[in-house]
Order: sequence, then structure tokens, then C-alpha cells
Amino acid sequence: MIDAHLPVLQIVIPLLTSPLCILVRANRRVMALVIATCWLVFAMSCRLLYLVSQQGAITYQLGGWPAPWGIEYRVDGLSALILLIVSGMGAIVITYAPTSVDREIPVEQQTLFYTLYLLSLTGLLGIVITGDLFNLFVFLEISSLSTYALISLGKHRRALVAAFQYLVMGTIGATFILIGIGLTYQITGGLNMADLASLLTQYTGDHATNRTVLVAFAFLSVGISLKMAVFPLHQWLPNAYTFAPSVVTAFLAATATKVSVYVLLRVTYTIFKPHFAFELMPLDVELMGLALIGILWSSTAAIFQQNLKRLLAFSSIAQIGYIVLGLSLASVGGVTASVLHIFNHALIKGGLFMATGCLALRLPSLDLKHLHGIGRRMPWTATAWAIGGLGLIGVPLTSGFVSKWYLIVSLLGTGTETNEWRLDHLAAVLVIGASLLAAIYVWRFVDVAFFREPTAEVEAATEAPLRMLLPTYFVIGLTLVFGVWPTLPTQLAAQAASAVIGSTH
Amino acid sequence: MTMPLGQFESVLGLYNYWVVIFLMMTGFYVVMARPNLIQKVVGLNIFQISVFLLYLTMGKVRGAATAPILLPGRTEYSNPLPSVLMLTAIVVGVATTSLALALIVRIRETYGTIEDDEIVAKDKQP
Repeated sequence: MIDAHLPVLQIVIPLLTSPLCILVRANRRVMALVIATCWLVFAMSCRLLYLVSQQGAITYQLGGWPAPWGIEYRVDGLSALILLIVSGMGAIVITYAPTSVDREIPVEQQTLFYTLYLLSLTGLLGIVITGDLFNLFVFLEISSLSTYALISLGKHRRALVAAFQYLVMGTIGATFILIGIGLTYQITGGLNMADLASLLTQYTGDHATNRTVLVAFAFLSVGISLKMAVFPLHQWLPNAYTFAPSVVTAFLAATATKVSVYVLLRVTYTIFKPHFAFELMPLDVELMGLALIGILWSSTAAIFQQNLKRLLAFSSIAQIGYIVLGLSLASVGGVTASVLHIFNHALIKGGLFMATGCLALRLPSLDLKHLHGIGRRMPWTATAWAIGGLGLIGVPLTSGFVSKWYLIVSLLGTGTETNEWRLDHLAAVLVIGASLLAAIYVWRFVDVAFFREPTAEVEAATEAPLRMLLPTYFVIGLTLVFGVWPTLPTQLAAQAASAVIGSTH
Repeated sequence: MTMPLGQFESVLGLYNYWVVIFLMMTGFYVVMARPNLIQKVVGLNIFQISVFLLYLTMGKVRGAATAPILLPGRTEYSNPLPSVLMLTAIVVGVATTSLALALIVRIRETYGTIEDDEIVAKDKQP
């Protein structure tokens, strides 16, 4: 039965296709091969999600070695949904990619681009599917290393510096995670997540005084926060997103930081349990505080950016703040909102960066002052951007509204029984306030694109090719579809939240 | 004056861990404080290597050797798992270093310098 081996095929197929790409060499054939592989991986993750919703969590033992000794792949409601998001966005972005790649990446490097893209996707999928903590570190490094190389492919020379900066920060983050894994192993002797969860119960109970466990948890949460670009640890992100090739930015913005959020969910909810992470350790207050400062600071910073990609990069840091805010509530509602926003933001930000890539195809610069009147020359692209921007603000009938709604409801819901003024209520107010900030930076593009006279270089621009517009509109269209009919993503997110919270009892 | 044995143990018995912490902080400081990109990579390497040492240290098993060791009278052995994990981590470290060095070569080609502050200054020029 092929179903039984789906978890491992999901990883093995893209992992083995990437060296094959290097052997094939010819750009066009490599491109076709990578696109086909990405869609195959997407089909498999759809099937996995279906199987998980039918029969519950699926485990796969590599090489037939039983769980605590061998490496185990484990797909539950949460990982199946994240797999679907990552592989889905991966497949759509690579379908959109070829025209943009032809313009932005030299011919002799295109094979490398497609290979690295596939490797990066493999790493991200591996992080999500594995049930083994050290295996997670290895996949993290596979995806990170290929991401650094992908960013350095950008046209501008600052792409190199951005890639180097990200490499240094990313490696520090990954090494922190490795230290955390090591200290956890030292205490428990286990690396399997489910096994660790039961081994750690004696250290994470009410009398948690084991210093090694505390330090391990601290190292893990700081390391993951670095990878996630939570507010004070976000410095690598704006440059990396701005100077990477458009396709790479679209892919990273939709997937990479989301997968790191998944890792944080796993570590806090599945391994260390919310009781330890949020009650004995003050991670909830820390994350909530940082998330709120991050949302306000980066939304404000986004308003003052001159470059369109940089503007969206700062907005991404703010959106990570929303996701972390939901996570820090330690309730089913909060995690549901968090997962739902991972799903919706992957679509919205993916679509926005894809539309931005269409602009980059026709224009020499993405500075706002060079985009005057672009809405008249490239109406379809600019409209797609504007619709995506509405989703970013959280206007009703877009999917951004649905996840912000869930977030605010769960923020307000936590303090109802005592009826006192709490940080959660302040947070709800700030979330709404930050949406206004989002409205300002989205409006800056709309104003420039639709209400200014075209400059000479904009006059020369023509509408982006259908090959890029169709995938862009597919993604942007989905944000509207899931804004009007939010049942499917909401159910999947609730299923994911109950899978991860349910495992705490 | 005799030092209580317990206190003596807690300082010298954790010798490896002191080395780990010293290397870790040295590497971390070098990465953060040095403007030269090569020195940053060296610092990153020291930082990573301290973690290898941490893993190898925790692999030591004293007094409770239950592994089937052929030589009689052996009560000390190393748990092979941390060593195996570190083999993987060393590979990752080598890959990171080589990628970082490759990026530095390209940065030197385009900017003509590998000093962080000079690169920033060059980017500020129009």
C-alpha cells in the first residue's frame, strides 16, 4: 500500500530529486522536473491530511526500528495542515517562478536555483513531519543552508551581505536549538518527541527545580524565536526579504517563518507542556509582550519604508507577532487563531510578494517613488496587490479578517470569568490599532499606484505575463474565497489545535 | 586548610563544562563584536565546536557500565549516541563554514573589502 509509506515518500522524493537536478543540468528540464515534484509532494500532503482527518495521527518508523530507538515520522492534525501550507505554496510559487527567474537569475545559475528551492522545501517539510528532535535540527539546517544560498542569488550586491548576515544569525539560532536539544537529552536520554514528553513529566511538574531542564527550555525558545524573527531577534529578515530574488522572497515569506512557529508550538505544547512553559516559566507574558511591541514597532516601521519589498518584510514581522500572540494564550481558541493566521498569512503574504515579483519583472526599481501610476500600466498586478493589502489590514470578506477575528475573540474570551482588566484586553485593543497602521502602509502603495501620474519608466511598463498573473490571482483569489467561506480552514485549524493541545493530557 | 571534597568536585569535576562555557562565550563574543567577516566565521566555528564538546562530555558514563565490554574490569565508557549526533553536526558545521567562506569571496569581489563597517559605508554611498 502506498498510503502506508506516504510520510517518508513526502521527504524522500524531493530529497532524491535535487541531486538528480544537478545531473540533468539543462535548465528547462530541471525546471519541469522541479515543478512536477513540487505538485506531487503537494498531492501527497493533501492525501496525508485526508488520512489524518479520517483516522487520526499517522506514525511511520524509518527502517522499521520502533519509536524511541529509531527515527519516527509523525503526522497529526497540526503537522498535516502545515505540510499542506508549505507544499501548496511551494508548488504555486514554483509554477509562477520561471519567467521571473529568467529575468532575475543568470542562466548558468538557474539549475542551482531550482535545486536549492527543492532542497529548501524538503528541509521545511522534514521539520514538520519528523517526530525526532535531533532529526528536526538536521532538517532545519538543510532548509536554512539552502535558503542562505537562495538569498545570495539576488541581483543586488547587498543580497550577498544579507545572506551572510542571515547565515550568522541563523547558525546562532540553530546552535542554540542544538544546545537545548543536548541539555534535554542529557537529562532524559531521549530524542523522540512523544517519548521526551513522557520522560520530562517528572521535571516539568509543579516542583520544576532541575536547572538543566530550565536552561534547555530557555535555549530552545530563544533559538526558535531567532528563526521565527520574533521582534527583537528579527534583524536578519528585512534585508534577506528585500534583496533575495522575488520568487525566493515569495516562497520564504509564505513558508519559512511559519515552520519555525510550528517548531515553537511543538516544543512548548507537545514536549514541555503548557503548564511548564506558560505557568512555571513566564514564556506567555514574554511572548505576548514581545509580540505586541513587535506588531506596533514593525507596522510603524513599515509605514516609513521606501522600498515595496522592505515594506512587506516589516509587515511580515508584525504578522508573526499576531501568530505568536495567539500561541502565547495557551488556549484552544488562541492556538486555533494562531494556526489559522499561519494559513491565511501564508496566502496573503505569498500573494503580495508574487504581485510584487510581477512589478519587479517590468520595472527597474521597487522604490515607491518609481511606482507612480503603475496601476494604469499594470492594472491587474496592482489590483492583485491591493486585494492582498486589504487582507493584510483584515478587511471583512478577506481571510485576514477571519483570523484576526478569531484572535480578538480568544484574547477577550480569556478573562471573562473574573471580569477584570487584563493584558489580554489591552492586546485586543492594540491588535485593532495595529490594523489601522497596516491600512496606512497599504494605502501608501494604493495611493502611489492609482492616484499619481505615470513617470516615463512606468509608461514603458506593460502588464505582467499570464504565466505569472494566473498563479498570483489563484493565491489572491483564495484569500477572498476563504474570507467569504472560512469553514474549511477554520475546521482544519481547530483540528490542528485540538491535536496539539489534546496531546497535553 | 582542607577544602570540602564536594566543593572541590563541583569546580574541578565539571572541568569540561567550564571549557564548554568559556569556548561558547568566546565564540559568541567574536561573532558579535568583530567587524571582519572571516573573524566572524572563526567565532561561529568556536561557538559550534563548544557544543560538540558539550555533547561528547555528556556521553561519558562512569561506574554504571552495562555495555558488553570485552576487557574485564572496565566501568567507564562513552555512550556512542552523542558522538554519532555530533558527526552529523560537524558535517552541518563544515557546510555552514564553506557556504560562509564562499559568500565572503563573493563579497570581496563585489565590495573590495571584508570589513563589516566598510561594507555598510559603501552601501550608503549613492
